[in-house]
Parts: sequence; C-alpha cells; structure tokens
Amino acid sequence: MLYREAGQFKASYQEDQQIFPIRQDKLGFIAILGFFFVVLPLIASEYWLQAILIPVLIFSLAAIGLNILTGYAGQLSLGSAAFMAVGAFGAYNFILRIDGMPFIVALLLGGLCAAAVGVAFGLPSLRIKGFYLAVATLAAQFFIVWALVKFPWFSNNSSSGVITAQHVEILGFAFDTPVLKYLLTLAIVAVLALVAKNLVRSTTGRGWMAVRDMDVAAEVIGIRPMRAKLTAFAVSSFYCGVAGALYAYTYLGTVEPEGFNLDLSFKILFMIIIGGVGSIMGSFLGAAFIVLLPIFLNVAMHALFAGSMPAGLGSNLELIIFGGLIIFFLIVEPHGLARLWQIGKEKMRLWPFPH
Amino acid sequence: MKLKHTALIGATIAGLLATGYAVAASEQFIGLPSYRVGPFGSNGASLYGGWIDYMAMVNERDGGINGVKLTWEECETEYNNARGVECYERLKTKGATGNTVFQPLSTGITYSVLEKVAQDKIPMVTIGYGRTDAADGRVFPWVFPMISTYWTQASAIINYLGTKEGGMDKLKGKKIGLLYHDSAYGKESHAILDKLAAKHGFTVEKLAVANPGNEQQAQWLQIRQMKPDYVILWGWGVMNATALRTAAKTGYPREKVVGVWWSGSEEDTIPAGDAAKGYTAAGFNVAGANYPVVQDIKKHVYTKNKGNMEDKERVGTVLYNRGVVHGIITVEAIRKAQEKYGKGKSLTGEQVRWGFENLDLDNKRLTALGAAGFMPDLKITCADHEGGGKVKFQQWDGTKWKVVTDWIEGDKSVVRPMIEESAAAYAKEKGITPRDCTKEM
Amino acid sequence: MGFFFEVLIGGLLSGVLYALVALGFVLIYKASGVFNFAQGAMVFFAALTFVGFREVLPGWTGLEADGNFVFWLAFVLALASMVVLGILTEKIVLRPLVNQPHITLFMATIGLTFLIEGIAQGIWGANVRGLDLGIADEPVEWIMESADILVSKFDLFAATIAGALVASLALFFQYTKVGRALRAVADDHQAALSIGIPLQHIWAIVWAVAGFVALVAGLIWGARSGVQFALTFTALKALPVLILGGFTSVPGAIVGGLIIGASEKLAEVFIGPFVGGGIEGWFPYVLALAFLLVRPEGLFGERHIDRV
Repeated sequence: MLYREAGQFKASYQEDQQIFPIRQDKLGFIAILGFFFVVLPLIASEYWLQAILIPVLIFSLAAIGLNILTGYAGQLSLGSAAFMAVGAFGAYNFILRIDGMPFIVALLLGGLCAAAVGVAFGLPSLRIKGFYLAVATLAAQFFIVWALVKFPWFSNNSSSGVITAQHVEILGFAFDTPVLKYLLTLAIVAVLALVAKNLVRSTTGRGWMAVRDMDVAAEVIGIRPMRAKLTAFAVSSFYCGVAGALYAYTYLGTVEPEGFNLDLSFKILFMIIIGGVGSIMGSFLGAAFIVLLPIFLNVAMHALFAGSMPAGLGSNLELIIFGGLIIFFLIVEPHGLARLWQIGKEKMRLWPFPH
Repeated sequence: MKLKHTALIGATIAGLLATGYAVAASEQFIGLPSYRVGPFGSNGASLYGGWIDYMAMVNERDGGINGVKLTWEECETEYNNARGVECYERLKTKGATGNTVFQPLSTGITYSVLEKVAQDKIPMVTIGYGRTDAADGRVFPWVFPMISTYWTQASAIINYLGTKEGGMDKLKGKKIGLLYHDSAYGKESHAILDKLAAKHGFTVEKLAVANPGNEQQAQWLQIRQMKPDYVILWGWGVMNATALRTAAKTGYPREKVVGVWWSGSEEDTIPAGDAAKGYTAAGFNVAGANYPVVQDIKKHVYTKNKGNMEDKERVGTVLYNRGVVHGIITVEAIRKAQEKYGKGKSLTGEQVRWGFENLDLDNKRLTALGAAGFMPDLKITCADHEGGGKVKFQQWDGTKWKVVTDWIEGDKSVVRPMIEESAAAYAKEKGITPRDCTKEM
Repeated sequence: MGFFFEVLIGGLLSGVLYALVALGFVLIYKASGVFNFAQGAMVFFAALTFVGFREVLPGWTGLEADGNFVFWLAFVLALASMVVLGILTEKIVLRPLVNQPHITLFMATIGLTFLIEGIAQGIWGANVRGLDLGIADEPVEWIMESADILVSKFDLFAATIAGALVASLALFFQYTKVGRALRAVADDHQAALSIGIPLQHIWAIVWAVAGFVALVAGLIWGARSGVQFALTFTALKALPVLILGGFTSVPGAIVGGLIIGASEKLAEVFIGPFVGGGIEGWFPYVLALAFLLVRPEGLFGERHIDRV
C-alpha cells in the first residue's frame, strides 16, 4: 500500500536513470537527509555525536571505499586501514607544510595520496586473484604502518610518531564543536556517497562489475581489466584516504600509525559483509551495525549483570556474542542488511494486505 | 535507511542507560575504561583489579573519603582507540558530578582524548605511560603523567647501570643494546638515550622488534654479535617473554637485561619460565602482598568476598599493585581537593584537578597509607605534573620479584629541558599560551 | 660467514614453526575451500585448554602435578576438545554456509575467531601462563664448540616434531581409506559425492585433524613465548607461508615456511640496519607478493584455468 510504484511513468531516459526512480524512495531519502542534517544536530547529545554518529559516518565512507573495490570490482583487500592512514598522514602534512592550505583541498589531496599508494599496491591484482590477492594486500597493511612509524618526517619528527590534527577551519570559520564537526563530516560523506552511487552506475562502474563477474569474459567484450582494476583500487583508496583524514580531523584529533592496524581493516571488511557486498547503502548499515554492536553489548552486559558476574567473564561474553552474531547473520542473510532492507521494501508493497 | 536501525538500537541503549543507575546522595564517580579481553587482557585485569579493590577497600574501611562513597563503572575498551573514545564520552556524564578522572592505561587512548579532557574539564592521569611532554603542566593543565615519564625512567635506568658499574664515569665506552617494540611507545626511548649516551660517553645500539614480537631470533643473534654490556628491554605484551626466552637461547646472560616497567611484571616472567631468572626490571611500584595497604585490601575486601580478582593468587603482583597505586593517587587527590572545596561533598572534575595539581604524598603520608616503600614519594606542582621521577629495580628470582635497589631518580637536568622544549613546540603548533604558574595557587 | 649460517639455520628452524601453523590452514582449505582465519585462535584455544587441564587435573584426580600421566591426560583431553570444536564448527558454522562465496566463509571464520577467543578466555581466564615441555631452549654445545654456530636444542626438537607430523599426515593421506577419500574430496567435491564418499563426514575429520595440528603448534609456540593471547598472532606468520607455498599443498607449506623463515631473518639482520629495523612484520609479505607476480598460484599451488 504505502510503497507502490504503480502509476509512476517514466517518459524520458533521464527520468528512467534517476538514482531513485520511485517517488517514495526519493521522498524517503530527502526525509532521511533532513533528519540527519537538521533534526539530529538539534536533538542528539554530545555523546551521540562524538562517540557514535561521527565514527559511523567515517566508517561508512571507508566501507564505501572497500565496497567499491571488493563489492563492485571483486578484488578482496585487507589493507583498507593502511590506506586510511595514508590519507590521515597525507592531509596532516599538506596542512603542516603548505601555508594557507584550505582544509577541503588538503582532505582531497590526502585522499589522492592514498589513491596513488593504492594503485601501487593494486598492481599485483593484475596477476593475482582471490585470497592470494587478499594476503598480498596485507603487505600494504604492514608496510605502510611500518613506514609511517619508521620515518619521522611523516609525523613531523614527533618523538612518539603520533600526529595531532590541526584545527579545522574552512574560509575562516572554525569547526570546533561536536555539532559542527558532525555536520562537516556528514556533508563530506553525503557528497562522496552520492558520487560513489553515480560512479557505480556509470561506464566505469559497469566495467568493474563485469571484471568482478568474470574478468576473462569482460576482456573479451572490450573492457580493459587493467584499467578497471586499477581505477577501482584508486577510487577505493581515495575513499579510504578521505575517511582516514576525517578520522584524524573530525573524530580522534590525534592519531598514531598503529591505530590503523589490521583489526581496523577487518572491521571495515565486516561492515561491507554484514551491510551487503556491492551496495552503497549496505555500507552505511554495516558501519552502523559494527560500530554499535559492541557498544550495545557492553552497555547491555553492565545493565544486566553488573556486580553479579566477574568483570573478565562479562567482557569475554561480549566477544562470544559478537562473534556468534556475526556468524548468525552470515548464515541467516549472507547478502547482508541491504538485502534485508530490500525484502522489507518488497513486503511494504503489499502491506497491510498480503495475499 | 540507517535511521530505522540507529533509532532502534539507540532506544534500547537509552533504555538500558536509564535503568539500573541510581544516584547516591554523596558519591564520587570514577569511570574506568578497562580492557579485559584482547592481547593485553591479562594486564588489564590485574591493573583494574588492583585499582577497584583499593577503592572498594576505602569504601569498606573508611566509609569512603570523608563520607563520600566512591562509585565506578567499567567500560570495555579492548585497548582500541575508537572504543576508548566511546567509553570516555559514555562515562563523562555519569555519576552525580560526571566522571572525575580518566585513566585509560593505554597511550593510544590517551592521545585520542588529550584535547577532549581540556574541553570537558576532566583531569586525565597517565601513570607511567602516555604523552611524556605533558609533564609540563603549564601547557597541559589537564594531563598528569605522574610518578615518572618514559624519559625519566630511561635516565633512571642509565643511572642504575652507572651505580652497577661503580660510577657514572665508568659508563664511558660501554655499549648498551636497546631492544624496543617498533611502535610509538618504543620510539619514545630514542631521543633521551641518544642524549644520555652523548653525555656519559656510551653507545646505544637500537634494535627494533616488529609487533607483536613473538619472533626475535634475528635480533638476539645480532646482540650475540655485538656483545653489548647491557640490554635495555623496552617491550610490551608477548614481546617480553619472548625476549627473555630468546636471550636464554642465544646465551645472553639475563642479569644484564634490564626491562622498563611495562616489561617487568609476572605476566612477562612467568611465561618465560626459567629463562627469566636473574632478569631485572624497573618499576614505580614494587611487588609483594606484605605491605599494609595490600593487607588491608585482603582484610576488608577479600574476606568479605568482594574482591575483583578472579585469581586471588595474583593479589600483590606487580601489575595488581600498580593498580593499587592508581587507586591511592586518585583517592588522595580527591581527599586533597575536598580540603579546599568542602569535605564530604561530591566534587567536579575541575575541582579534582586542583587536588591532583596540589597532591603531596610525602613519606609520612605514604606511611600512614601503608604504602611506604611501595611507591615513591610524590609532589605535583603547577609546572611539574610528573612529581616523583623515581623507580626501584626488582630482580626475578625464578618465582617472585625481589627488590634490589632503593628508589633511583632520573636525571631531571637532562629530562626536564627536553620536556619543556617538546611542550613548547606543541603549544606553538596548537596556539596554546602556557599558564603562568606564579599566578596559580 | 659463521654468523650468516647461524642466522640462516635459526631462520630455517623458525620457518618450520610457521609451517606448522600454515599446515592447519592448508588442510582445511584443501578439503573444503574455506580459508580458515580462525586457525590462529584454534592454536590459542588448544594451548590454553591443555595448560588449563594440566592445572586443574591434579586437583580433580589427586594425581601428581608434574607427572607424565597428567601431561598425557591433559593432552588427550585437549585433543578431545579440539576434535569437538572442529566438528561443532563444521556442523554449526560451515554446513549452513555451503555454496556461499568464499569471502562470506572467510568472514564467518573471523567471526569464529572472536567466538573461540572469548570461549577460551571465558573458561580458563585471561592469565598468562608458562608452559614447560621439558626441553631446555639452549644452544647445542658441540655445534657451538666446533663451528661457533648457535643452534637451539628446542628448535631442533620442534623441527623434528613438525617433520614427524608432516610425514605421518602424508602417510595418512596416502595409504588410509579416509586419506584417499580426503584427496578425492579435495580434487572435486561433486565427483567425490557421486561415488559415495560422505562429504560432511570427511569435512568433520579434516576439522578434527586441523584441531590436532593446532594443538601441536600451540604446545610448541606456547613453550616458546608462554600461553597467552598473542598465540593467535601466529596466524599472521603463517599467511605469507601460505601464499608462497600455495593454499592447497602440504609440501608447499613446509618449503614455504623454510623460505619465509630463512629470508625474513636474513633480511632483518642484513637489510634491517639500513632502513631502521623491524622489517620482519612486512618483509615476508612483500617477498611472497614478489614471488606471486612470477608464479600467481604459489610454489606448489594448483594452476587455475579460467573458462569463459
């Protein structure tokens, strides 16, 4: 009832090619944007902004990046966190070393640095496939973190190798409160997500998907696998790089190279698997799920068992439930939350009068 | 899209937050960002166990601090920066007056909340870790890297080696190996040791160990070739036990290996077995359950079955006692602040910060607390947030740690200028005007 | 020159230990196509269960704590736990996921990693424990005296154990009925099914054998660096070995382990000083990567031919 596309006719190609061809989707999307841009900043507490919303947005961006590479181009990567590190350290150095460098430009340049590094580490993908490639991307993960610790130039000779992000200022306007940081992050993530959504529907994106489904066949029909794979690595690393820069500038403020470790890479991979491989929206859902689940478990444990159970056992139980839920989700819905959302929408077409 | 999802979980969390928390009439809330799982879970369990037990003991024995009960809540960080920030934000607003002090026991989390604590007016105490140059209280009013920083410790280790050799001038021409964890933490040792090497005329051979450090064959074979007079072990976690095992394997005498305080606990020596015998490590607290303060914990907490440790045998280990030190410093700072802002009141973080800044634990006070010899005396001032700078050295005899020295002080004339220089650079980068300490009281 | 050989031999012996962990990966990947990231957690679980049983058994049975009997009883109980764990994993986690994409199975094993870590520490506590197998980790004297080359007794012992394990696995695969069935399954699932080999049965056996390998690896690694959470990181040491040797080859794991072990030690000692050291973390991966560029299926891996 509520979700019926009957009567919505498309009279031109342009109309047919919209991101949201169905009116309800479009309205829903606008409502959600409105909620996140206008309502949330007014009602959300500092805790929600700083500790939940900002990281969810940043991880969503990183997950979109990985989703482009893994979900759309079919190249499994375990080095996303390292590309985030490149973005963060890149943006830091641009702002530090070039006077008057605008923040947004530095952010994009940081992303471009990550893209360049991503292409370099993506070169082996031309010959290596599957898990061999995944393990090979671990070389990027370990090498980049090592290099950032080892060469003091990257951290401006700080004795401990950490960098402290400069204040964020755009056109003389300082983004220093949680609400402003949240809005800045949201704006950047929203724009980049829109770009990604369009990119995967373009020639480039279709080329990626062709290579993903079978690269030999793709080559036969005239898609250059090298170009497709390397652009996927570049775009993916760019997204991760921008996410990394935001991670440093709007979220933590101070970052150390070890913060971008393998665990973080796995976490981002989890996000796209749980959210839905090959889905931009799935990246958001997955990021929210993976960020919120451990927090939720921790809070729930304290509320339910505070005092009645040894603290160590509680923490281990959280880990067990977390692992168990991941497996449960994979078994119940291997295509992720995005698929569940789709099923929900299908149901809404008939609701409240199913057959 | 994600609205439905977040809203759902949000509502549940909010519901859980609302229930199960009742505000006591007069209480002081302390948020504990602990870690009990993951690679450092065993360390976290001992540290936070000791700390919680001390606070429980103060509540049981004295009925709190001047009648103000201590309350606390743990938040699992898994030693992960992002989780640590979430815990910081979650704990911030709990309790009658919000979180009073934040002590993450992780350098990474320390850095991640360094700027937030100043904005939120919550003091952050990092005992034996964290940002070294925060010892300059003029630039970092809200951060207290107490008792001793990494740099002071490095200097104290060199002083100890000097006394072992029979005088600092005897260090000339000596070769000291530095086996460090290849991370921000391990790199903290470089600048200070280079400076001390230039001053005393010894050479430092630096050997990096890649994280996590469960393979050190290459490093120790190099040490075997170099034949250094001493090896300083700057490790954390599994790296320490592996270092001792590999030292034994390559025939390097453990008596000549000196560890930092994060390398000198039972968690490091027990897994190394016999290979750890003779190994010496620094510590700003000592092991042992015979100190009156630990006995009091046993008497008032464990006999009532309220202890936090699952394994009671570990009460009195190095890390447990380190947790007790955290407890003592926290409680004493609150006590000090109550003297100024009113006894028997719940204090805000800002007021407790004053307590930390004016903390004075002289030997008399330590004796009264039952902690004489347990931890060094300590006096914090507005400019100096480090205070003590003293460590003791303990040797592992195969079953337990034995104290082998008195308190040894680091060379402040070398360390302090470095701290000030580094803090000044930070202040410049961040546009902070250092406080004028003559105007503080 | 003596130093070079010392590093080389030390590296080769470490490599055998990497191979031991890699072996567990290979067994499971070969038989069921699952890249089992939980192998590291299984190593930890096995070692912790063994040490845990050794701690509690004297209390339960009144046996002498250091006796041989307790040692073997704990070994058997730990082995039984590993077998149960393996079979449960197969039944609960992997069977419902049959025919899912590889990446989904891979993620499921990462989920399994959390689960196993939580269960292990939940049962036995987070304490770090020592483990003494009764073989001192010290240099062999006569080699030391005659050539001034340091070779550790313990490493030799570990290498012998690993060698024996590989040999017996090879014999098991070659000459037993189950072994033949296993090879058939590895070759082609459907063909094996169609001639009446019980696929799920075989998978359960493979997981149990992988559990056994994890237990042996856990004991040896645990004796080297203590039984603690860091044992899970042994998986990271095994991954470059795997890509070098090929995911499906048992001899590949051994040869790959030897190459990785020797080259990473030599690199750390002879290249490390020029770039600041600590390169052991990434060097094996870069080496394996460079190797893959020449031979994309690894040293002994099966060549994959695409058909359109």
